[in-house]
Amino acid sequence: MTAKISYDDVEAGTELPAQSFPVTRDTLVRYAGASGDFNPIHWNEKIAKEVGLPDVIAHGMFTMAEAARVVTDWTGDPGAVVEYGVRFTKPVVVPNDGEGAVIEVSGKVAAKLDDEARTVRVDLIATSAGQKVLGMSRAVVKLA
Amino acid sequence: MALDQSFVGRSYPATAPYEVGREKIREFAEAIGDAAPAYTDAEAARALGYPDVIAPPTFVFSITFRAAGQVVEDPQLGLDYSRVVHGDQKFVYTRPVRAGDRLTVTSTIEAIKSMAGNDILDIRGEVHDEAGEHVVTAFTKLVARAAGQEG
Repeated sequence: MTAKISYDDVEAGTELPAQSFPVTRDTLVRYAGASGDFNPIHWNEKIAKEVGLPDVIAHGMFTMAEAARVVTDWTGDPGAVVEYGVRFTKPVVVPNDGEGAVIEVSGKVAAKLDDEARTVRVDLIATSAGQKVLGMSRAVVKLA
Repeated sequence: MALDQSFVGRSYPATAPYEVGREKIREFAEAIGDAAPAYTDAEAARALGYPDVIAPPTFVFSITFRAAGQVVEDPQLGLDYSRVVHGDQKFVYTRPVRAGDRLTVTSTIEAIKSMAGNDILDIRGEVHDEAGEHVVTAFTKLVARAAGQEG
């Protein structure tokens, strides 16, 4: 396991490169197939509205996967993520207008955890349409 | 109606092994738009120290969630799955999931709470490989919203 970022090169407050991830209905259909989560609220407007949602919403696990990419792209080794957790606070609403939604993710090193294990905690912020969509989004990463 | 507290601590039998395929990892990586070579190129994965391609950190959820079906569909527990939303999710890894893994999941009910008529269920899924080594633990919080509450 060889993260390309060295533990010695980061400190609390170090920012990770922020990224934007587009999500359309096509994305959700593809994710449903790949993940096996075919809940119709992720592709069927009528059913989404029947259960009180404004429109079709992205799978929470899709949003969680996109947020992780800010960490895994940074480390260069996806296997360097030893712990990763989120709270699903607001859904990402995905209108059927060909444009869909955008998930914006930023992250920073919140703390250096263990000099021996060379682990840091990264705190992530994920928003869509100005709303925070993940809460308590944190990863523990083992650096080089 | 609040869920029965006596289910806290209950473990369900380990699932049949799920064999992680290279093409399934590729399909998942494409679905999340992630072009990291370690997901699709065995050479690139080996260069990072892995025996084969590895899976993205959230991939294992499809396996642990299917296993959690034993809990949510347990007729004795009586959870109203039509009202369930995903509250929290956390993974704690010993090592990444990789192609060729044959993974079993043991699900345990960690906690049951009732708040404002909502039932909150914490499920822990321990994932082991064929050699019996721990790979990852998935912590899943499900919230069954009180009947008559929308949005």
